[in-house]
Amino acid sequence: MITRIWGWTSLILFAVTVTMSYFDFPIPRAVWWLDGILWLGGTAVFIAARGMGVFVLRRLLETVFVIWVIATATFVLLRTLPGGPFDQEKALPADIKRNIEAKYHLNEPLHVQYGLYLKGLSKGELGQSYKYIGRDISVIIGDSLPASIQLGVYALLISYLIGIPLGVLAGWKRGSFMDSGSMFLAIAGVSLPSFLMAQVFIQVFGYQGLNWFESAQWLGPEYYFLPMVVLGIRPAAVIARLTRASVLEVIHSDYIRTARAKGLDAKSILFKHVLRNSLIPVLMISGPLAAGILTGSFVIEQIFNVPGVSKHLIQSVTNRDYPLILGTTLMFSLMLVLANLITDILTAVIDPRVKTL
Amino acid sequence: MSPGRKTKSLQAEAWGKLKRNKVATVSFWLIVIVTLLGILAPWIAPYAFDEQYLDQVLVSPGLRHWMGTDSLGRDLFSRLLYGARISMAIGVVTAVISLVVGTFFGCLAGWFGGWTDRAVMRFVDILDSIPSLVLMILVKLIFDAADVIDNPELKALTGMLLALSLVSWVSLARVVRGQVLQVKQMPYVEAARAMGATGLRMIVQHILPNIIGPVIVLLTFQIPSNILYESFMSFLGLGLQPPYSSWGVLANDGWRSMNSFPHLMIWPGVAIFITMMAFNLLGDCLRDAFDPQMRGRL
Repeated sequence: MITRIWGWTSLILFAVTVTMSYFDFPIPRAVWWLDGILWLGGTAVFIAARGMGVFVLRRLLETVFVIWVIATATFVLLRTLPGGPFDQEKALPADIKRNIEAKYHLNEPLHVQYGLYLKGLSKGELGQSYKYIGRDISVIIGDSLPASIQLGVYALLISYLIGIPLGVLAGWKRGSFMDSGSMFLAIAGVSLPSFLMAQVFIQVFGYQGLNWFESAQWLGPEYYFLPMVVLGIRPAAVIARLTRASVLEVIHSDYIRTARAKGLDAKSILFKHVLRNSLIPVLMISGPLAAGILTGSFVIEQIFNVPGVSKHLIQSVTNRDYPLILGTTLMFSLMLVLANLITDILTAVIDPRVKTL
Repeated sequence: MSPGRKTKSLQAEAWGKLKRNKVATVSFWLIVIVTLLGILAPWIAPYAFDEQYLDQVLVSPGLRHWMGTDSLGRDLFSRLLYGARISMAIGVVTAVISLVVGTFFGCLAGWFGGWTDRAVMRFVDILDSIPSLVLMILVKLIFDAADVIDNPELKALTGMLLALSLVSWVSLARVVRGQVLQVKQMPYVEAARAMGATGLRMIVQHILPNIIGPVIVLLTFQIPSNILYESFMSFLGLGLQPPYSSWGVLANDGWRSMNSFPHLMIWPGVAIFITMMAFNLLGDCLRDAFDPQMRGRL
C-alpha cells in the first residue's frame, strides 16, 4: 500500500516537474526538495529493503573505477599526441609559449601533470579551457548541461509516449492493418537519418511552413518541441518494435490463457496483465536508449542550435581544446553509466524476479 | 556426425524461407543495386565527383543534371554515386573488421573463461561506457593528430574505419562469447573433446559453424548503423571532408543551403534512408529465419 502511494506520488510529482520545466515555469526550491526526497529517499529505502545495498554500492564503486580508467586513458592519449594545442597557427614567440605552457603545467613531466589532473578531478575540477581563456571546464559544462539534460529527458519521455502505445496496439491487434502500419512506421523511423527528419519537420512546422514552432535556439516551449520530437523518434521506433514483441510473448503465455479461461474481459487482461508484464523488457533497455539519445543529441543540437554539451565537444575537437575534450568525454561517460545504473535499479523495482547480486 | 547434417538442414530450411519472403528478396536486390551503383560509379556517373561547372552553380534538378548541382557546380547525381561507393565500402569494411576482431575476442573470452574472460569483458564494458559517437570522435581525433599516413584522404578514411570498428566489434564480441558459452555445453562439443580434439580445432570446426546465424544477423544490422554513424560524423564535420564524397559529406554540404536549395539535402538523405531501410528489413527477415529465439529483440 505504502509503496503504491509512494510510487504514484513520485510519478505525479515527476510529471509535474517535467511539465513545469517544459513550460519554463520557475520551479520552486520546495518542488526540487520534494522530488529529491521522494525519489532518492524512496529508492534508498527500497534498496535497503530489498537487500540491494551491496549491489548498488558495488556498482557505484565500479562507476568510479570506469570513470578513472576513461580519464586516465584519454588523458594519456591526448597528452602524448604530437603537436601541442598551441603550435598550430602562427608560431608563438618562445617566451609567450613558455608562459602559456607553465600556466597549464604543460612543461612538467607527464606523471606530474597526471597527478595534478587527478587531484583536480577528485575535487570535481576539470581544469581550465585552452580556448576560452580563464574559464573553468566545470563552469562551461555546468552552463550547458541543463539544456542537454532537458533535451535528453524530454526526448526519452516522448519516445515512451509514442513507442509504447504503438507497440501495444500492434501486438494486441496482431496481423491487422494497425500492426503492419505501425511496424512500417517503426522501421522507417529507425532508418531515417535524423538530419533528414529534422529538415522535414522544420519545413513543415517551422517558419517556412505552418510556423508553429521555432527551429533554432533553446529559449522556451516553442523552441523545445521540434528538437525533442526529432530526437525522440528513433528511440520511439525501437521501443515500439520491442513492445510489440514483448506483448506478443506475454499474450501467448500460460497466465494470460488462464485469465482468458476464467472469463476476464479483454480490457482488464490488457491493462492488468499484459501491459504490466510486457513493459519490463521495455524498461530494461532504457540504458541503451539513453546511449542512443546521447548519440543523437550531437546531430540534433547542431541542427537546432541548442546550446548543449555536445556542441562544446565538437567545437573543442576542432579547437584542440584538450581539457574541454577530456571534461565533456568524462561527463558523457558518467551520464551513460548512471543511466545504466538507474535502469538496473528501476528494473529491480518493477520486476521482483530480477536477481541483483 | 549427425549434428553437422542437422545444422545444414536447418540452415537450408532457413534459406528456403528467406527466398520465399518478398520483403527479404526486394531488400536484398535493393542492396545489390546500391552496391553495384557504388562499384560502377566511375563508369556510370555522368560527371566526375569533383568536376566543377562554375556556370552551372546550384542548378535545380533537370535534364542535364538529374539531381541538380551544388554550390560549386558539381553534379549531385555523380557525387551521390561516388558517395554510395564510399559509404557502402565503409559500412562493409567496418563490418568485416569488427567481425574478425569481435569473433576472435569473443571466442577467446568464451572458450578460455577465467581471467581471460574477465579481462576481455572488463575492457568491453569500459568501451561500452563511453557513448559511441564520443568514442568515435576521440579515436578519429587521435588518429588524425598522429603522424601515420601521408595521403590526407587515405588518412581520413582509415581514421574513420578505425573509429567505427573500435565501436562496433564490442557487440559482436559479446554475442560470440554468449554463443560460445552456450555451444560449449552441447554434447557434441563434449564428445569432440573426449575424442581428443584440440582447442583451436574445436573452435574452428565445431563452434564457429554453429554460431554463424546470430553473427550474420548482427552484421546485417551493423552495416547500416556504420553507414549512419559515418554520415553523422561527416555531418558534424568530423568525418570525411569534401571534395571527397560520402552521403554524410553530401548531407553536410546540403544542410548549409537547405532552405533555398532543398534538393541538396533531400537526395543524400533519401539515399541513406532507402539503404538503411533495405538493410533493416533484410536483417529482420534474416533474424526471423535463422534465429527464431531472437525474434523481436534489438
